[in-house]
This record gives sequence, C-alpha cells and structure tokens, in this order.
Amino acid sequence: MSRVHVTCTVNGDETEFLCDGGQTLLNALRDELGLTGAKEGCGTGDCGSCSVIIDGRLTCSCLVLAPEAQGAAVLTVEGLASGDDLHPLQQSFLEGAALQCGVCTPGILMAAAALLDRNPDPTETEVRYGLAGNLCRCTGYDKIVRSVLAAADSQRTTSQRTNTEETA
Amino acid sequence: MLAPMKYAAPATVEEARALLAADGGARVFAGATDLIPQIRAGRPEPSMMIDLKRIDRLSGIARAGSTWTIGAATPTADIVAHAGFAAEFPGLAEASGLIGSDQIQNRCTWGGNLVNASPAADTPPALIVNDAKAVIASAGGERTVAAAEVATGPGATCLGADEIIVEFTLASPPPRTADAYLRLIPRTEMDIAVVGAAARVTLAPDGAVTAAAVALGAVAPTVVRVPDAEAALIGGPLTDDALEAVAQAASAACRPIDDKRGTVAYRRRVAGVLARRAVAIAADRAAADQRGASS
Ligand SMILES: Cc1cc2nc3c(=O)[nH]c(=O)nc-3n(C[C@H](O)[C@H](O)[C@H](O)COP(=O)(O)OP(=O)(O)OC[C@H]3O[C@@H](n4cnc5c(N)ncnc54)[C@H](O)[C@@H]3O)c2cc1C
Ligand code: FES
Ligand code: FES
Repeated sequence: MSRVHVTCTVNGDETEFLCDGGQTLLNALRDELGLTGAKEGCGTGDCGSCSVIIDGRLTCSCLVLAPEAQGAAVLTVEGLASGDDLHPLQQSFLEGAALQCGVCTPGILMAAAALLDRNPDPTETEVRYGLAGNLCRCTGYDKIVRSVLAAADSQRTTSQRTNTEETA
Repeated sequence: MLAPMKYAAPATVEEARALLAADGGARVFAGATDLIPQIRAGRPEPSMMIDLKRIDRLSGIARAGSTWTIGAATPTADIVAHAGFAAEFPGLAEASGLIGSDQIQNRCTWGGNLVNASPAADTPPALIVNDAKAVIASAGGERTVAAAEVATGPGATCLGADEIIVEFTLASPPPRTADAYLRLIPRTEMDIAVVGAAARVTLAPDGAVTAAAVALGAVAPTVVRVPDAEAALIGGPLTDDALEAVAQAASAACRPIDDKRGTVAYRRRVAGVLARRAVAIAADRAAADQRGASS
C-alpha cells in the first residue's frame, strides 16, 4: 500500500516523513524520525508517557494517527531545551530528583510544560490535576509535583527580571 | 501498529459521507480516544479511518440568537474553556471536563462520546437534561434527532451506516434555569463512572420549581430519565421531602449491573444520592442566575 507523505514542523524544524495510514504519531516520531523521547507505556491513552504538544494542545501521541500531523506544529521533549540550556522544568527535575527509571519523564515534562503555559502560577492541587493523565511507577509523584512548582517559581522570577530589565 | 488502514481527511460532510458509503469497512473518527484503544484491544480494524476534524462545520462553538451550535468534532477542552457556554450550561461543561485527562480532553468530542454509546459515558446525561439535538447528515439530507434517541443500547446507535453527526444544537436556557452533573468514580480522575447524574432545574421568582429534568448514566444499557423525580419537584419549592423523593425515584429507576466498579445495590444507592445532590446544585445555580431577573 502506498505510504502517506506528511509535512509538518517538529520542534520548530520543517519536517517530512512517510508513514502508513494507520500508523500512530508516536510510532512515526520514534521509528521514522528517530525521536525516541516519547514512550509507549500503554498505547491506549492511560499513561501519558507518549505526551506531545500538537498545535499548542497536549495530546497522547499514541491516540493520534501520523497523517493527522499534516501541517501541524509538533513539540516533543527533544524540543524543550534551547540548545544547551535546559528548560526550567528539566533543570528542576534534575535538581529535585523527580525521576528514577525515567520512562514517564518525557511525557510528564510535556504535560507540565503545557500546564505552566496555561497557568504560570499553579497550586499543588492544580499541578496534581494537570498531571492526572501521566502515570509514574517509580517516584510516588511527590518529587515530580515539587519540581513542577519549583520550575514555575523560577520561570516567574526569570520573566519578572526580564520585564524589569525591559522597562529599565 | 494499525498499519494497513487508509487515512482520509475530507474537507466536506458530503465527501466524508461518500467515503463511508463507498467502503463498508471505513469508520469516521474525531478524537480517536475510543476508536484506537478499541482497535488495539482487538476490535476489527477499519479499512479506512476518516478524520472529521478538517471539516469546518464540525468544529467550533457559536451562538446565534438563542441557539447554540457546537460542531460534533469540537474537542471538549474547547467547550469547557468557552466562558459564555459554560455560564449557560455549567453542568454540561462539568461533564465535558470530567472525561479522561487534559490529553484526552484536547481530543475527545461529544460526537464520539455519544456514538460510542458506552452506558457510562459522561456527557450524554448532561446533553439529555438540556434537550440537546444532534444534526445528522444522511443520504437524503439532514435529520435532527434528540440526543436521548441516539444511543439505543451499549455500543449501538440509531445512526445508519453512512450517517454522520454534524453538530449539536441547544436552546439557551430560560431565566433562573441551571444544570449540574456529578459522577462517582473510585479515583479522583481517569476512571469510568460507577454512576453519573445530571439535573436541570427552572425556578419561578418565588422559588417554586417550574421545570425539572433528571438523567442517570451507568445504571442501565442507555441513559435513564427519571420522570418520577421530575414530577416530585415540579410545582413546589425545593424542600427536603422533595429531594428525598428525587433520591428514591432515581434509585428506583436504575437497572444496573454488577461489575468490578460496583454492585447493583451500591449503584442504586449512589444513584439516589447523586441525583439529589445534582438537583440541589442545579437549583442553587438557578436561584443565583441573574439573567432576566428584572423581568
Ligand atoms: C484514558 C481515557 C479516559 C477516558 N475517560 C472517559 C471518561 O471519564 N468519561 C467518558 O465518558 N469517556 C471517557 N473516555 C472515552 C472517550 O474519551 C470518550 O468517549 C470520547 O468522548 C470519545 O470521543 P472521540 O472524539 O475521541 O471519539 P472517537 O474515538 O473518534 O469515536 C468514537 C466512536 O464514535 C464514532 N463517531 C465519532 N464522531 C462521530 C460523528 N460526528 N458522527 C458519527 N459517528 C462518530 C466513531 O466512528 C467511533 O465509533 C476515555 C478514554 C480514554 C482513552
Ligand atoms: S502510551 Fe500513550 S498514553 Fe500510554
Ligand atoms: S520515573 Fe519510572 S515511571 Fe516515573
């Protein structure tokens, strides 16, 4: 069967790939594009380890067909850092030891990034609800939640500093 | 992998219907949050997946006069976030915001929730108490069906093989009217209803109930309306006796099953409790509703 040609941006770069009509986006990211950050934990939308952001929306890439990405902007964990500078979430996860085996981490980072985009100053409860679609078998969640709150703090401080510098 | 399937993203309802009509193995989808897990669990693979999200008319939330029109493929996250809609239909927004996680709500739709026809689906009871209508594209044109008529049994609907739900319409509620939706699950998020209860109440300026609707999910093969609860409410103020009658009528209306989420007796009991609470919340909201307060 002829394969589907898809053009989209992935982490800001124009990208094209060939996929099968029934292939999931998760599968295409990993097998066609070599982006193995997103993981397949369940393949049914329950665990969130495949989370990516498509056109600004957090989604389970295991429940998206790869051809649906035509024309879309896809952001994966590989696009979170700016060059060598880690994203504040990545930095705070390292400092807060918010991962053990790391299988859930790419998905949790994307869910947390989507949450902080929408709500830069979340309460602990809001973080817990925001991450309800992501399962972690190792950490017990507490360090993850603390690290997201710490990243939110540091992001706000940085953006306040930038605002002050701009007005100064 | 779901490899052999073809993928199509038609731009119009007619193209989508033509694809469905030409290929008996083709299936339409919006969020695919039911369809892909079902295929992975061993249901027959469609020969073609027809993506409804590129059809303009199927996405979006609009109000014209007193009629709201919601595209059948609109993700429920957009419905929850629509302040104007959520102000008029707080209970329907609540039900829409309970489905799965943020990841799921960014994809899942009323159309999929209704057509998947799970007895435990969250939005159908709330659509039904608000008398939502589904506009269905058929071979002969379009037909309009009450949301209550769409599901006919677990996994079964009134839709013909080549029919598609295009949009939902809802009349703006009259003044001093509000809805509410409650569900019980064993966890706080990411589980399927043991019982779901939707209520809608209209109050007269003196506080008497002038209209009421109560509907239950997960307690029968399809959503159950509770006319006895509605009759117990209409005509009087919202007394404790009236609320107790609602609870009893709701428990009596259930035809639940035993499963891992709850026994028959537990579901009956919980249905009464949730129905009573949903009515009380809807009535509080209706009393606080300022629209038309001076008229
Ligand atoms: C992790 C997870 C958690 C979930 N939690 C909940 C929950 O809490 N409550 C709940 O109710 N559900 C839940 N669900 C089920 C599912 O998300 C909902 O039923 C959802 O609303 C389905 O919408 P969809 O657009 O994704 O459907 P799809 O999978 O795209 O479609 C479902 C069915 O409807 C048909 N269909 C879709 N749109 C149309 C249309 N416009 N016209 C005709 N037919 C159509 C499809 O052919 C298919 O048969 C959950 C699912 C997952 C994966
Ligand atoms: S792999 Fe997608 S949610 Fe688990
Ligand atoms: S760190 Fe192992 S699953 Fe989360």
